[in-house]
Amino acid sequence: MNIDNDSLIRMYRTMLTIRRFDERASKEFKKGAVPGLVHSYNGQEAIATGVCASLRQDDRIVSNHRGHGHLIAKGADVRRMMAEIYGKKTGYCKGKGGSMHIADFKIGILGANGIVAAGLPIATGAALAAHLEGKGRIVVVFFGDGACQEGEFQESLNLASIWKLPIIFACENNMYGVNTPYTYAIAGGDIPRRAAAYDMPVKSVDGNDLIAVYETAKEVVASVRFGTGPYFVEFRTYRWSSHFEANTIPDLRPVEEIESWKKQCPILRLQKKLLEAGIITEKEIQEIEIQVMDVIEDAVSYALASPLPQPEDALEDIYSA
Amino acid sequence: MRKIAYAQAAAEALQEEFRRNAKTVYLATDAQPDLKKEFGEERARVTPISESVLVGSAIGLAGSGYRAVADLRMATFGFVAMDQMVNQAAKITYMFGGQSTFPILIRMAIGAGTSLAAQHSICPYSMYMNVPGLKIILPSTAYDIKGLLKAALRDNNPVISFEHTLLGGLPGEVPDEDYTIPFGRADIKKEGIDVTVVALSRMVHEALAAAEEMEKEGISVEVIDPRTLVPLDKETIRKSVAKTGRLIVVDEACQTCSAASEIVSLVTEDAKTFGKLKSPPKRVCGLDAPIPYSPPMEHFVMPDKQKILAAIKQVLG
Repeated sequence: MNIDNDSLIRMYRTMLTIRRFDERASKEFKKGAVPGLVHSYNGQEAIATGVCASLRQDDRIVSNHRGHGHLIAKGADVRRMMAEIYGKKTGYCKGKGGSMHIADFKIGILGANGIVAAGLPIATGAALAAHLEGKGRIVVVFFGDGACQEGEFQESLNLASIWKLPIIFACENNMYGVNTPYTYAIAGGDIPRRAAAYDMPVKSVDGNDLIAVYETAKEVVASVRFGTGPYFVEFRTYRWSSHFEANTIPDLRPVEEIESWKKQCPILRLQKKLLEAGIITEKEIQEIEIQVMDVIEDAVSYALASPLPQPEDALEDIYSA
Repeated sequence: MRKIAYAQAAAEALQEEFRRNAKTVYLATDAQPDLKKEFGEERARVTPISESVLVGSAIGLAGSGYRAVADLRMATFGFVAMDQMVNQAAKITYMFGGQSTFPILIRMAIGAGTSLAAQHSICPYSMYMNVPGLKIILPSTAYDIKGLLKAALRDNNPVISFEHTLLGGLPGEVPDEDYTIPFGRADIKKEGIDVTVVALSRMVHEALAAAEEMEKEGISVEVIDPRTLVPLDKETIRKSVAKTGRLIVVDEACQTCSAASEIVSLVTEDAKTFGKLKSPPKRVCGLDAPIPYSPPMEHFVMPDKQKILAAIKQVLG
């Protein structure tokens, strides 16, 4: 492993924070404490963590409806995230967006988008901006296997390719668009091959292996930052929860399949590697668990203590000054 | 002052604002020789025929510190990019709680009358009026298009400019000095006291032609050009109807749920203005049909000077 211990432990902590955040958000949703919907990232933590850890502070990301992981990995404030999910005035979007639209423009998070694949054109534009700025900035857009089916996907990859834009198309292939397997919906059943048709380099990597994700990301980031144009990476993974935390859409995936993927938990896999390499002790693991739980608990307390927006606030921010 | 064509005035607006702001980028499926010549390929970009990413890229640019122009050529092609215009551009400022501005100008050509048939003749601006978060300009003269486009290119919001294809060659007086026209400020193109005719885009000229004929019969028609649909100058329209007591709205788009419907509503729901009406308001709009190809049919479904004259006589009773 060519990664320093501090970075590994930091990434472990990030993955755990993402896991505990979404577990708590789902729990609060089921209790009826938060409105709207929660699209849990459980099982996919290694991807957001490994990719964002390889970025510069001023690089930009575009996220999607299953985006809490991306936001946390890029450095978002979990208190303001939780407050947004609770619909409070202190949330990132003043309660105007909720879970699916959290953004933090100050740290390069150009928002989570609720329309499948709609983030790709926007990210392509952000990459054009990065190219025009000439400061070596790059853009990463996160999306799933479902997005690869959309027209906006085809258009974005094509344009990014002909203009050689500094963008990483990070596909989290968790095998299902709601309940539709990607092998059914993607002609040819091979997502990287589809991307390669747009004349760009592609990779496919085990998205539940944090080390593999991080090392791949570093290589891809270096290439894109150098100016070789867009890069497509498929991260193979699985989501533990159903599409969202509500019982309006049943989870039709085979139970054995879900259970077998849970055994490949990215957090436990990294934990095992770190223990075996003597990089971390059991005691430190427990300490990190407690610290992370404290952070999440603090975020919930912050959200609960925050005020709701005034109803009339609904009419603000429709236009910029 | 100089006399130049509507299309020329639009081109001047872009050229001037591109000079003024080095971080402005033009995205279009067609090459823009004048912009490319002065500002280079980096700022005047030719896109593939991909409307969604064309508009989406404009949004991404705008959210990253640039000012973007997305030229969709015709309004009909805009439907391919509806998600980016309606779900993204219109809502992005709001749903992110005002964290960023998104200065975008989307240009689309509208209008029937040249046998381009159903898919290339549409005037869909009322659909976009129904989506909060967009601003809409509807210039009818060379003076208006230059001033409104320059204002749009200094506005920090998504603005859609609907520009009529048949007005391209229409000459008009344009100042030499820099000027902008504020949004939400209607223009009284002709003052009058007997009947108010609010007209949109090319219909302004049909309305003015009708007004000229009515003058000969001793009827004084006031022609109002809203110039911008969002924001819409309600005050000027209401004030005029309160004065004349009679309202006609001329809109080339299909009648149902048209911008004309909105203009009638804003008059009738205002108690003060409603009280001054001497007859029911009348819309003179495109008929509710797709635009046909063959000229006699195409002209049948479109509003024109004759139909406006008939409406004026009707509201005068």
